[in-house]
Amino acid sequence: MTQRDPAASTPVAASDSNSANPTSEIPSPLFGSCPLPIFQHKNIVLGHGSGGKLTSELIDKVFLRAFANPILDKLDDQAVLEINGARLAFTTDSFVVTPIFFPGGDIGTLAINGTVNDLAMSGARPLYLAAAFILEEGLPAEELRRVVESMGAAAREAGVQLVTGDTKVVNRGKGDKLFITTTGIGAIERDVNISASRARPGDKILLSGYIGDHGMAIMSKRENLEFEGAIESDCAALHGLVDCMLDACDALTDKRSDGHPLHCMRDPTRGGVATTLNEIASQSKVGMFLREDQIPVRESVQGACEILGLDALYVANEGKLVAIVAADAADAVLQGMQDHPLGRDAKMIGEVVSEHPGMVRMETRVGGTRILDVMFGEQLPRIC
Amino acid sequence: MCLAIPGKVVEAFDQGGMRMAKVQFGGIIREACLEYVPDTKVGEYVLVHVGFAISKVDEEEAHRTYQILEEMDQLSELMAPVVAEREGQAPGFRDSATGTNGNHRPETKVTRGKEDAC
Amino acid sequence: MEVCGGQTHSIVKNGIDHLLPEGVELVHGPGCPVCVTPLEMIDKAHAIARLPDVIFCSFGDMLRVPGSAGDLFTIKSEGGDVRVVYSPIDCIKIAHANPDKKVVFFAIGFETTAPANAMLAWRAKQEGLKNVSLLVSHVLVPPALAAILQSPENRVQGFLGPGHVCAVMGYEEYEPISAKYHVPIVVSGFEPLDILQGTLMTIRQLETERGEVENQYSRILDREGNKTAQKLVFQVFQVGDRNWRGIGTIPQSGYHLRAEFADYDAEKLFDVAQIATRESEICISGEILRGIKKPKDCPAFGTVCTPQSPLGATMVSAEGACAAYYTYGRHLNQAKGVDVPIHSVGGAA
Repeated sequence: MTQRDPAASTPVAASDSNSANPTSEIPSPLFGSCPLPIFQHKNIVLGHGSGGKLTSELIDKVFLRAFANPILDKLDDQAVLEINGARLAFTTDSFVVTPIFFPGGDIGTLAINGTVNDLAMSGARPLYLAAAFILEEGLPAEELRRVVESMGAAAREAGVQLVTGDTKVVNRGKGDKLFITTTGIGAIERDVNISASRARPGDKILLSGYIGDHGMAIMSKRENLEFEGAIESDCAALHGLVDCMLDACDALTDKRSDGHPLHCMRDPTRGGVATTLNEIASQSKVGMFLREDQIPVRESVQGACEILGLDALYVANEGKLVAIVAADAADAVLQGMQDHPLGRDAKMIGEVVSEHPGMVRMETRVGGTRILDVMFGEQLPRIC
Repeated sequence: MCLAIPGKVVEAFDQGGMRMAKVQFGGIIREACLEYVPDTKVGEYVLVHVGFAISKVDEEEAHRTYQILEEMDQLSELMAPVVAEREGQAPGFRDSATGTNGNHRPETKVTRGKEDAC
Repeated sequence: MEVCGGQTHSIVKNGIDHLLPEGVELVHGPGCPVCVTPLEMIDKAHAIARLPDVIFCSFGDMLRVPGSAGDLFTIKSEGGDVRVVYSPIDCIKIAHANPDKKVVFFAIGFETTAPANAMLAWRAKQEGLKNVSLLVSHVLVPPALAAILQSPENRVQGFLGPGHVCAVMGYEEYEPISAKYHVPIVVSGFEPLDILQGTLMTIRQLETERGEVENQYSRILDREGNKTAQKLVFQVFQVGDRNWRGIGTIPQSGYHLRAEFADYDAEKLFDVAQIATRESEICISGEILRGIKKPKDCPAFGTVCTPQSPLGATMVSAEGACAAYYTYGRHLNQAKGVDVPIHSVGGAA
């Protein structure tokens, strides 16, 4: 998964922290007040992996510089390739979650479903996966067996095949039990054009269901943050849900002059719904306006978030998607989602606006408004 | 500073010489130390901050606050909170839209414009 | 002014300040222990966290607060053993599990957290643990209120008292302050309705020219507070002077560990004398903490100074006035224009 602030590459930005939400009212950075380092940090910190601004900075200042090409620069979760007339979606991901077993899944189901979802988000039919395993010396073979069997079951359920792989073992202490890296390839068979830069003012924002389940399920197993309760990861393969949505689009009989009505689609994994919507807002150069009372959060997840001082909008999901749909198609697509088991609780949570480009605002449950900023590093439990 | 959440004591026990409890917050359960509210009984509500119950929730007062808020007509378009019946369940505030229940936390929507909010 | 950072968070997160009528201005107070922890103390914490045999435990709030050179995350990336804990008592478990390491807990907070921090020191002493200590930076609310009211530049006319601080301490100690300065102090909760009701009660007092302490949060606290908790707090801690970042030293405004707990006092156990502390010259945190200025009055706000690169106290944590305003409310800045307050009841700066 990749993300980036286009404005962050402007050479005069004193810090890229306000460039994610440019408005005409915020004064431009003070020239010369802070020298632009190639990359500010001496070492990588955990925040670089959290999906927020630090991750953006890392991608922009380190990776893009080395690899620049038009496909990569789009920074979608998958690359759409044209090879000999066929449109293919191509993606890679790695899975390092701790603990490797958690309520509702394990690192194996995450690996399969996460990769399938990255492909599905471009409207592709997921076909083949590859997986590379890095095993830590001392990992109990039984645990590996459980994970791999999980993966097999998840792959069969998703209708994909794992066709090649690799295994390495590293010394004890060098690998946190098990890391899995996957690659996936899928075929784009419909006439879709889904990209994070296609959101337009007036589009509706759809969310497929309850948020925060996965991240809080993980938290529930982490030391010092344990709680008991019925929070399970929502880890699931979403390509069936996407098919329903695309069927709904195809069934619309009106001729469309502005292309396919499904403009953007992404699964809000690390960084949560707030981060994902900010990315799209930024790449499409539009604003967004949400209604907090339309966003479904389970009571148990809300309770867990409140105890730890976390915000469910920033917590990872592994079986949800957000879709930005042309206004005249939104009701049909929403209905299509709700007809599918994984979209039963789908809601229309807001719309794309022309004001405040790059910024996501929200009407709170008491009628005020707030900005939903993109995270900086990880979300941490707080006492204040 | 002061992130503290009310929850219901569902179990009380001793551990390592300290009085502890399992406290339920909206469907999940976490342990908290009861040393500072020693006379708390199972079924009562406590306010928990960093793993310690620092106060008990007074149900009569919770009910009274709710009544006052209800009488305050200045808050226009109050989404009808449902006050849970008092058999076996403490009165609390419940917003039918958000579904939070029994945590003694008033939830409602305030719409500006018609009357002064304050 | 709402004193408590948690109330600030709730106000800005729910957009409550946007809902209030013209003529009521909310000003954020210094109720954020993260913001007011002196830079020197943060540097001490970082110096200790860098030591190879130390496991440095902290609430999540402090992890990203920068010292003069980096924050606890940076130290973690350089090999320091830095751990987030939810409760101070978690440190006991960590100490048992790591007998050859020194567990140091960053004991920050207002009075709300004092009982929990006190319990850590108490239990550690009872169990005779040799590898646990606390780096204490506790601050108290009433002296801060008095300091604000004493200032000749004060604009605040009423206060929302800190609900959870008072759950522990009661509100007796606010009565002399209220009487002396004839200001309403309404101890309030944290839900949007609590804050609105507290604001209404304050305004009603102002309109009838009263200046009293009232309790909006009656379902949680009473005048005396939690005597059991207070007892242990005073067995472990004693009141002393504390330096508040952005304000300066306020006499008798904080807790220090008593002499009997010297073996658990990280400031005494670790030699951290050689710290070179550098504050930013352009930061106006002090004036913001006292409600005299607002974030938008600062030329560095949102440009050089952001939550990701904070220059001073009020941008450093999510509850600080500048950070809260930046994260949630900066788009409202332009809509409001210049306010001419009829009543100043602490709120968004």
